[in-house]
Amino acid sequence: MKESGAPLIAMKKLRWFIGTLIILGIFAVIIFYPIKILFYPDLPYIPLFTRALYILLLSCIFCLYRILKGPTAPDRIVAVDILGILIVGFCALLCIPTGRSWYIDIGIAWALQSFIGALALSKYLEGKDFDE
Amino acid sequence: MNNIFGIIFIFVGLAFDFFGCLGLVRLPDVYNRLQASTKCVTLGTCSIMFGVFLMLGFTPAGIKSLLCIIFLILTAPVSAHAIARGAHRSGVKLWKGSVVDRYAEDKEGKE
Amino acid sequence: MRSRIILFILGLFVWFLLSWPPDLQHLLVGVLVAGFVAFMTGDMFVQRPQLFTHIKRYFWFAYYLPLFIWECIKANIDVAYRVSHPDVPIHPGIVKVKTTLKSETGLTFLANSITLTPGTLSVDVDQDGGFLYIHWIDVKDKDIEIATKIVVERFEKILRRIFE
Repeated sequence: MKESGAPLIAMKKLRWFIGTLIILGIFAVIIFYPIKILFYPDLPYIPLFTRALYILLLSCIFCLYRILKGPTAPDRIVAVDILGILIVGFCALLCIPTGRSWYIDIGIAWALQSFIGALALSKYLEGKDFDE
Repeated sequence: MNNIFGIIFIFVGLAFDFFGCLGLVRLPDVYNRLQASTKCVTLGTCSIMFGVFLMLGFTPAGIKSLLCIIFLILTAPVSAHAIARGAHRSGVKLWKGSVVDRYAEDKEGKE
Repeated sequence: MRSRIILFILGLFVWFLLSWPPDLQHLLVGVLVAGFVAFMTGDMFVQRPQLFTHIKRYFWFAYYLPLFIWECIKANIDVAYRVSHPDVPIHPGIVKVKTTLKSETGLTFLANSITLTPGTLSVDVDQDGGFLYIHWIDVKDKDIEIATKIVVERFEKILRRIFE
């Protein structure tokens, strides 16, 4: 990476610029033209929380990209762990606009499950048995 | 008033989540990805939970979200630590631009 | 015996938070469940129960929390800067630092704090020699002493007063 010439640096700058433009475009679409996904017309904060859910969905798409493409097994395990924590955030966010408080119970259970799953997968990476 | 502060906390947490997942895509090897994503996503989700607690007040769901914050802060670094150790023991090399790797030197010295 | 009582009180507290508006039925079920858990697991979790009676440790813990949250916020801003910069400015590497903490709880809290603060991630703990292996996203110095001074020292002073 250090001995790369001037054209490579220009390529990197160009890729960064195009990526920033795409992300800003997605944000503009999220802010100005969101598709309705929460159908609870009487409750408050529906438009705000629809946009918040879209931003979390964008983060989840990044995680899915890493799961699909990751060169080694630990990359995929990291992405699965992070996806679990993001889903806990999803459950907490859904609690307010729908007014149903049992979503946060699902969040707590999901956090526990993903923690145990990450520990078991790391034991599998080390090549040990599960009883230690 | 509490609602406004809760919404501010929720959107700050969303921004941190987004940057953490961007780090998951852009950084070059497992350990750097683990750093960026663990820090940012843990604090971002905790911030979302605190915003939900501010908006709901001392109802059952609000208290449960506080409990979930404590649980996440205690467990997320432990799982990151376990994954990093497992990755290093299973033979994943560091990025080629890395400066130093004392852990591999010490392991070779022992064997 | 003492450790079982402490575990019982902690379990009852978490049970009350989970079933928030406290009433008599929840109290009865909570006492039964927390007593069963405390009796079965015994002194697996709390190994030195005499430490819970020192009042000074709670004040040091209350001093430690805001410092930890401030370091977390700094770490997040640091990561956001590194990720959104076009060149991705990182010089990663694994360094070795030494610590003087001996107890398991202290080492766990030290490793967790190191993971959530700017630019560092604990990879392995060598409990016999008192060494920690740390992945550092921006290595400033390869030497053990200087790395110890930069990474570990600010938490170790406080954590020694809480957990040792």
